[in-house]
Amino acid sequence: MSDTLLSVRGFSVMYDVDPPVRAVRDVSIELRRGEILGLAGESGCGKTTLAYGIQRLLRPPAVITGGDITFHDASGVDIDIDRLDAEQMLRFRWDKISMVFQGAMNALNPVAPIGKQLEDVFVVHRPKLSRAERRAEVTELLEIVKVGAERARSFPHELSGGMRQRVMIAMALALRPQLMIMDEPTTALDVLVQREILRQISALRHQFGFTVVFITHDLPLLLEISDRIAIMREGEIVELGTSEQIWTDPQDDYTKTLLASFPRLTGEKGVVAR
Amino acid sequence: MTTLELKHVTKIYTVRGAGQIKALDDVSFTLESGRTIGLVGQSGSGKSTIAKILTHLETQTTGEVLYDGEVIPRGGKRLRRYRQQLRMVFQDPFASLNPYHTIRHHIERPLLLDSVVPRAEVETEVHRLLERVQLDSASVIDRRPHELSGGQRQRVAIARALASRPTFLVADEPVSMLDVSIRLGVLNLLADLQREEGLGVLYITHDLATARHFSDEIIVLNQGRVVEHGSADDVILNPRHPYTKSLRAASPDPERHFAQATSILGGSQ
Repeated sequence: MSDTLLSVRGFSVMYDVDPPVRAVRDVSIELRRGEILGLAGESGCGKTTLAYGIQRLLRPPAVITGGDITFHDASGVDIDIDRLDAEQMLRFRWDKISMVFQGAMNALNPVAPIGKQLEDVFVVHRPKLSRAERRAEVTELLEIVKVGAERARSFPHELSGGMRQRVMIAMALALRPQLMIMDEPTTALDVLVQREILRQISALRHQFGFTVVFITHDLPLLLEISDRIAIMREGEIVELGTSEQIWTDPQDDYTKTLLASFPRLTGEKGVVAR
Repeated sequence: MTTLELKHVTKIYTVRGAGQIKALDDVSFTLESGRTIGLVGQSGSGKSTIAKILTHLETQTTGEVLYDGEVIPRGGKRLRRYRQQLRMVFQDPFASLNPYHTIRHHIERPLLLDSVVPRAEVETEVHRLLERVQLDSASVIDRRPHELSGGQRQRVAIARALASRPTFLVADEPVSMLDVSIRLGVLNLLADLQREEGLGVLYITHDLATARHFSDEIIVLNQGRVVEHGSADDVILNPRHPYTKSLRAASPDPERHFAQATSILGGSQ
């Protein structure tokens, strides 16, 4: 089993509008097995487009204009994502790569109990499971993310924002994927809840050994939780390094600008005008 | 110096099925013109309830709110005059501006409603206010909100708040919806305006780092109670109350993180 989980080479996405927008430009990156890779950059830099593009989740007017993506499965088989047909892609998604979407508040179905929504994952991807087996999986998932199995019959509006986000994580974890892409998973939460969720993500990663791509524009947060950080700007990765390198020795001017735009919690005032 | 004072303010909401919820419990503090107080606490701690009571959108259950020593009028012209002196900047500049109206309309309205300047001078005043928030007035004045970026929209919202020449500004998470690279510019603008116009600012946020740098004092609110109140640096750098300590420990802080050289998440590789 190689150390690399996913290889992206020369990946480009264009939004075919007038004038066309090159949202992702010739991005190459290798994801290592078990790492947390932070993907940072401001709105519109292409970070979400890149994450969606990897799973072929983009819709028109987005067009993938180039690049190869290879998934190095734990079984030793290399999967060329471009070659998968619709049926294979459907099975590949969520099984190998799952996603925690931005805004758990809106990602859950408001009129279905959360247990039912978790069960749906197994109905689609594990059709051979009996109803009792599906229920057992849901119970286990809700316990793993510490929502508690007794909440299976709750509707999303009956849960706090933090609990809803945990349900989303349970859903992403359901098929024990090798890669979990998290798009601003804690942005809407307050700092205490955010910290609890981050601890949980870290613990789950150690327990299940999946790789995480963590997308956010909160650079201080990324610096703490990531093994490596990629800084994106206007569709390109302008810098990639370990968190410590990015923090102590940023090379790119844009990375320096981003680092300077955060008032420090305990450090000098620096950039602040007061 | 003008003061805005909360004295033993308690707010109880009656929620059907859940009984009574104490949103604020015996809150007292004084905001002076020319100073900034940062109001921090997690979701549901009562921060926004304080903003609603100050703007008289809600009435406290017990306690008093005093503007320069006088009770806030309950209605009529006197309440309107009070509100002229205290304006709000909201979190979401996408929702707080009316998509149907031009930027000119947004700034003109408070000028005309409160007769801040003679009618003939309104247009000049609109330009002055837009320039005050560092917008190119000629290019934005005839646009509509959707044609502006988030940061520009928030600047328009600030210009609108300044139109009635208030003494106090309540800014409820004014930058949390903005892009990181834009945030600092808007906060620095607020700080400049605060200094130059001698505004008293209540800066409501859950971001401890910006609260520290942009406030003179910080008040920490937990479940409707003030648990800590002191100078900004004191509260953040030497927190005394366990709740403040937990907020601080939970806030991302690369400096502390790399100084410790181990992951506070407990899992180093």
